[in-house]
Amino acid sequence: MDFKSSDTIPGPRAEDHLPHTAQAAVKIVIVGGFGVGKTTMVGSVSEIRPLTTEETMTQAGIGVDDNYGSESKTATTVAMDFGRISITDQLVLYLFGTPGQERFWFLWNGLFEGALGAVVLVDTRRLEVSFDVMGRLEERGVPFVVAVNSFPDAPRYPLEDLRTALDLPEAIPIIECDVRRRASSRDVLMTLMRFLHSLALMGKLA
Amino acid sequence: MTPPQRQRRHPLPDPAPQPAKQGDGQNPERLYTITGEDGSRVPLDLVTLIVANADPRPSATPEQAALLRLCSAPLSVAELSAYLNLPFSVVTVLLTELLTAELVRARAPIVRQALPDRSILEAVMHGLQKL
Repeated sequence: MDFKSSDTIPGPRAEDHLPHTAQAAVKIVIVGGFGVGKTTMVGSVSEIRPLTTEETMTQAGIGVDDNYGSESKTATTVAMDFGRISITDQLVLYLFGTPGQERFWFLWNGLFEGALGAVVLVDTRRLEVSFDVMGRLEERGVPFVVAVNSFPDAPRYPLEDLRTALDLPEAIPIIECDVRRRASSRDVLMTLMRFLHSLALMGKLA
Repeated sequence: MTPPQRQRRHPLPDPAPQPAKQGDGQNPERLYTITGEDGSRVPLDLVTLIVANADPRPSATPEQAALLRLCSAPLSVAELSAYLNLPFSVVTVLLTELLTAELVRARAPIVRQALPDRSILEAVMHGLQKL
């Protein structure tokens, strides 16, 4: 293994250390197609510089869309950016931005199974990219909200038209956002939390 | 302009389908587990918080020493993977050794449950409002 000397490992900055009182963590997953703004959203609300965790995917897990002209390659690396928000001295929230393809999800234990819920980030120029991931979340019973990232050159649709196009049940929130803005990204997370809370009140959170 | 049209899906009968074991290395047996509060064994999660019990001993391998230094204060497995620039699965194997040797402790994450803990959801909402 190519491992750097422990003296050269860059650790967290002093201000990025969690307090010793930190007892437990929860996570929210932000999922969407390539370039839809997942990493931007993580970065806009995270208290730490967004970090990247990687996993290696073996040949059998690689789709047909990879490896042209590199016959000898047997593994590919899948990266996932994440950030952190300290909720209290005891509780920490982590945000993971993950690729939309389900074939990546098993690389990290319980990525969705253990998450409080998910944000599906969509781009109206490529709405269909999010169809499969929404279906997968529905099949797995993972509660989610839909956030429409406002790109300046993207077509604008009324939210109710988007709700229809996404076949989204009335109970599931859909909101517009600008993930470059901290307050907007926070509002998306608050929308998810209020939705989860309403499900919990109804005893529906499975 | 008409957007494309999706059709919603419904929960599968088995709420948490496991990937098929195909013997192709996609889904190796999980060696890295920690003991939950009820004595059950649970796999290390991305957001399991790890804390070192002591400073690294001179006999520690470079990887172990680096891990122990990093988690002198609590850090998630995901953060350890990021700072060490090692794949998540490699870090979980290293951590399993350290957990077995009782050189680190693990604080299990709070996961979505059948019986939801509303106080956790409310705490997260209060925390986000302060952002």
